[in-house]
Amino acid sequence: MSKHIVVDPITRIEGHLRIEAVIDDNNTIVDAYSSSTMFRGIETILKGRDPRDCGLLAMRICGVCTGTHYQRSIEAVEHAFGVTIPKNVRLVRNLIQGALYLHDHVVHFYHLHALDWVDITSALEADPKKTAVEARKWANVAGEYPWTDSESEFAQVQERVAKFVKQGRLGIFGNGYWGNKHYKLTPEQNLIGVTHYLQALDLQRDAAKMMAIFGGKNPHPQSIVVGGVTCVQDIQNPARIALFKDLLMKFRKFIKQAYLPDVYMAGTMYADEALDGTGGGLKNYMAYGGFRLDDNPMYKGAMLFPSGIVLDGDLSKVIDFDPEKIAEDVTHAWYKGDKPLHPFDGVTDPEYTGFGKKENGIAYLDTKHKYSWIKSPIYDDNRVEVGPLARMVVGVARGDKRIGEYVTRFLKNGNLPTKVLFSTVGRTAARAIETEMMADIMVEWTDELARNAAAGDLSTWTEFDFDKVSENAKGYGLEEAPRGALGHWVRIENGKVVNYQAVVPSTWNAAPRDYKERKGAYEASLIGIKVADPEQPLEILRTVHSFDPCIACAVHIVDTKGKELGVYKVDTSCSI
Amino acid sequence: MTDKREAVKKLFTAKSSRVETNKGDVYYQRLYAQCKKRIEALKTLEPFGNKLELQDLLSEEGVDRRDFMKWVSATTAMLMLPSFFEPLVAEAAEVMNRVPVIWIELQDCAGNSEAFIRSDGPKVDEIILEIISLEFQETLMAAAGHQAEAQLHDAVETFKGKYLLFVEGSIPTAMNGFYGTIGPSGETFEEHLTRLSKDAAAIVAVGSCATFGGVPAAAPNPTGAKGVMDIVKGKPIINIPACPANPANMVGVILHYVLTGQIPELDSLLRPKFAFGYRIHDNCERRAHFDAGEFVEEWGDEGAKNNFCLYKMGCKGPMTFNNCSIVRYNEGVNWPIGVGRGCIGCSEPDFWDKYAYERPMADANIKAPTGGVEKTVDEFGLGVLTATAVGIGIHAAASALAGKKSDEGEK
Repeated sequence: MSKHIVVDPITRIEGHLRIEAVIDDNNTIVDAYSSSTMFRGIETILKGRDPRDCGLLAMRICGVCTGTHYQRSIEAVEHAFGVTIPKNVRLVRNLIQGALYLHDHVVHFYHLHALDWVDITSALEADPKKTAVEARKWANVAGEYPWTDSESEFAQVQERVAKFVKQGRLGIFGNGYWGNKHYKLTPEQNLIGVTHYLQALDLQRDAAKMMAIFGGKNPHPQSIVVGGVTCVQDIQNPARIALFKDLLMKFRKFIKQAYLPDVYMAGTMYADEALDGTGGGLKNYMAYGGFRLDDNPMYKGAMLFPSGIVLDGDLSKVIDFDPEKIAEDVTHAWYKGDKPLHPFDGVTDPEYTGFGKKENGIAYLDTKHKYSWIKSPIYDDNRVEVGPLARMVVGVARGDKRIGEYVTRFLKNGNLPTKVLFSTVGRTAARAIETEMMADIMVEWTDELARNAAAGDLSTWTEFDFDKVSENAKGYGLEEAPRGALGHWVRIENGKVVNYQAVVPSTWNAAPRDYKERKGAYEASLIGIKVADPEQPLEILRTVHSFDPCIACAVHIVDTKGKELGVYKVDTSCSI
Repeated sequence: MTDKREAVKKLFTAKSSRVETNKGDVYYQRLYAQCKKRIEALKTLEPFGNKLELQDLLSEEGVDRRDFMKWVSATTAMLMLPSFFEPLVAEAAEVMNRVPVIWIELQDCAGNSEAFIRSDGPKVDEIILEIISLEFQETLMAAAGHQAEAQLHDAVETFKGKYLLFVEGSIPTAMNGFYGTIGPSGETFEEHLTRLSKDAAAIVAVGSCATFGGVPAAAPNPTGAKGVMDIVKGKPIINIPACPANPANMVGVILHYVLTGQIPELDSLLRPKFAFGYRIHDNCERRAHFDAGEFVEEWGDEGAKNNFCLYKMGCKGPMTFNNCSIVRYNEGVNWPIGVGRGCIGCSEPDFWDKYAYERPMADANIKAPTGGVEKTVDEFGLGVLTATAVGIGIHAAASALAGKKSDEGEK
């Protein structure tokens, strides 16, 4: 008997995405298609504008990685103009983006991803006393004191959840896949997860506030301009920097005492999946490189995250990254075009061909032809995955001392072999590893900023002759966003933008097939996953969420006989 | 040049008026009685989804009565109600779970959802959010796929005619709406919105995209993006623009609805007057520098270090109606003028094409619709013409006379 599953909407993401999966008789996924179903035309809107004004608008590509888009747009113009920014500007931009990392990763883990690992209703059966012991155990693995190990606090949370459940209507917790047998945590572990979910919901405000101190507001900060930053009065005021540091230290403590231990806990309980590489996907990883560590001209200095490409999960080799080798293909995307184009020459000309067949009120993607608003980016004719895992893999392969140290420590503490990285669990773990690293280095950057300002350097802007530099220029802004490699390319003539293209993490990861019919990163990662209950595609959500999707996303599951089993919607937002 | 002189003249002669913040005792007494009745009626209702009790939550979270009443008093003021409404506002907060909220996302960036979860006030607002009966919110909800669809369907059926529909994102209308589709049937955003609007008590368009089209509608508007009020007819619509909307205003609208059972008083762009009744400029912390003629002339200059006025750096506070200068962002820690950038007019229609550039309006290529700096929403009713506007006008004229060399790249 064959039946159809369609998953739509996939929630707990930002944006609009649809995934169709084909499962065989053993409920194993044999094929998958990823499609973004929303288009806004921001690249087109940016054409003809003053390049100095693009940052604010380009930032609105995403409401989550706002600061990253903003900075890349500004830096693409600075690159085109040959402007080198002062030290204060570099530090402040790193801190704004660092705050975004901390906020994004913690919110992703607890509010967008945790419910794929944590069964809320199971927490009701937990013994609060044992839960406290359990919390100490995992904090111990991380070498930390536990964030919460009070029996009464766990009992209180349990009571709150019980109230929620008793009333019948669970609100936003309603209709989860509670009780699914692929949930593997014990009731006590689930109670820890739920407790931290609620605490993180409160604490994430502090990380947003950190961004607002130097950015004006969050989301969508406003203090970055071509040549510098505008927040000189916050830099010269030691109380503002001290406030930033206070919030940072508190949030860092939560990362070390709750987030890391929880990832050890989940990683251990789901170790079997990690070991057999569930959700590994392409195993080709790429980083554009990000977070400038010195004041050399752009792309000529040291980076916190080195750039590079690692193919087939082979950590012994790393290929140097060359931005010239990026191209976007539109064979399966709803745009006109007949060959892959470099972003400087990229064209965004919609050619919508719609869905394929429609049956019983369900529309299917026309996967033989065009089926997504996302283009298929390729690097030197390879499909690659980007994101925290790619950054950690490239860092380790490069022999980067800092990254190597954090990754090694994580694997050693968790008693896990390196190969667990190449999986859904590994993707989630890599995000936690770099969050800790980021929180640590941000303390250094904050101190550096305070010292520099105290020494009397209040320079926050580099002057340039706009008329001259904007006559005929092109540039790019490349960086590592929380979700992965993110770049903006701009061409400028006579003071106006003549072409603008963005190739962003969700372009790389959520892309459809390319001209050689090779799968994108989401598509590849789903192959071979066994679904316990096709009515509850928990495993698909877990793997798709491990990328931290940033496009609203719907997942459809179709069995091998072509019948649809259900639609699940993943919601995200980086559709351009 | 003539245009600009004409504009200055217009500034001197335009009709002046203010938002009525005091409507007199009779009005407020009547409103009070009406609200009291409304809350009594709500109290007799079973809470819909959320049966958590506000007072329990507050005490669990360690918020004492005094802190709560402080929040109540600030919120009452924000809603432009006299202080004797405070006990009623407190009661309204307690029955907020009687009003279900459904939140949908269309052509958006999720920025408003993100802002929503960072809601403002320390603790109290967060708890208020917890008590709202949020039945469907894609970014946060546990359910996905057909379980999520089922939940949406269930919420719509259960709360027919009673729910507030929050809409985030614009609606593409070009190419028959196919620039945005949702759900298994590939329903367009327009169809989706129309279907869910039908049984809503009122629709709240959150953020600039849902209100006026926002980013996607910026020239040349490739997808034919429109705001909710251009699509939905025959339903009460409240616009909460800004990019993103201030969560304080989202909570304010819900609270007002609970309190009065009605949508708040709106301006001609359907924005609640309690939030959008005055200009950024009227309450700006840098206003004194404007009046003294002290301006930042270049990013990071001495003026910038001394918090001088940002008008010459492109601040559009004088043209923008919003309460940012009072409420600020992220628990009041900062706001765009505080951070030295200036306002980009993000709560005004078409601000991407009219306001969001780092040059002052008078020097810009893009001409204000009326040819001057004083274009506002209800130009003839609400133009708050004071010495300020005249000051800008004079400045604008001076800049124009000074000629192009001071125009920083403008042709």
